[in-house]
Amino acid sequence: MSEASVARKARPKFLDLREIRLPLPGIVSILHRISGAGLFLLLPFLLYLFDLSVSSPETFATYKAIVGHPLVKLILFGLLWAYLHHFCAGIRFLLLDLHKGIELEPARQSARLVLIVSLTLTVILGVWLW
Amino acid sequence: MVKRLVVGAHYGLRDWLAQRATATYMVLYTIVFAFAALTLPKMDYEHWSALFSGGLMRFLTFLFFMSLAYHAWVGVRDIWMDYVKPLGLRLALHLITLFLLVGYAGWAAKILWRL
Repeated sequence: MSEASVARKARPKFLDLREIRLPLPGIVSILHRISGAGLFLLLPFLLYLFDLSVSSPETFATYKAIVGHPLVKLILFGLLWAYLHHFCAGIRFLLLDLHKGIELEPARQSARLVLIVSLTLTVILGVWLW
Repeated sequence: MVKRLVVGAHYGLRDWLAQRATATYMVLYTIVFAFAALTLPKMDYEHWSALFSGGLMRFLTFLFFMSLAYHAWVGVRDIWMDYVKPLGLRLALHLITLFLLVGYAGWAAKILWRL
């Protein structure tokens, strides 16, 4: 490759692991990936619940019993957050793709907004659906 | 400015675009679904299942699951490509992901058309 021959500028290194931390947009980004992976892994469980809920009045009752279990509720609460975070962060990434809000400050603010909105919606919807 | 040598059949661009197109559709569907579900007069079997048995909503929901499968394929594949370097293992994970997602899409279609 031709670019390999281009002389590289010496860049400053700062790798003090006690000092460096992931900036807010980075946190939103990695949570986007983690929430996406979690949703993928538990997709069969969600499809199973959906199947039960719409198949017959009897299976609907089974579905009700399963989602009534506190542990299942906790998992669904986590999945609700995962969906909402993936949703909000996804919209942010779509806007960034359209070159909206790509400067440092707006990008940081929208990252903060994504975290706040998805958490707030999770609590509101979670409490309502509980 | 880095001079890049562009090669290949642009599969990357196609998947990148598809991931965003499916994302946009799922955002719209989510809003429609959330509104329809949260305004149900009563959360029982009759009302809940009737929500998906109408022709339009069934079609939109089917399209949602199709979008989800394609979207998840691109996303999960990106995760494997980032973290799994041995080629054989990566290929195996790609295939498992693909089979699972095709299976899930079929399952979703079966659920919707049985209604």
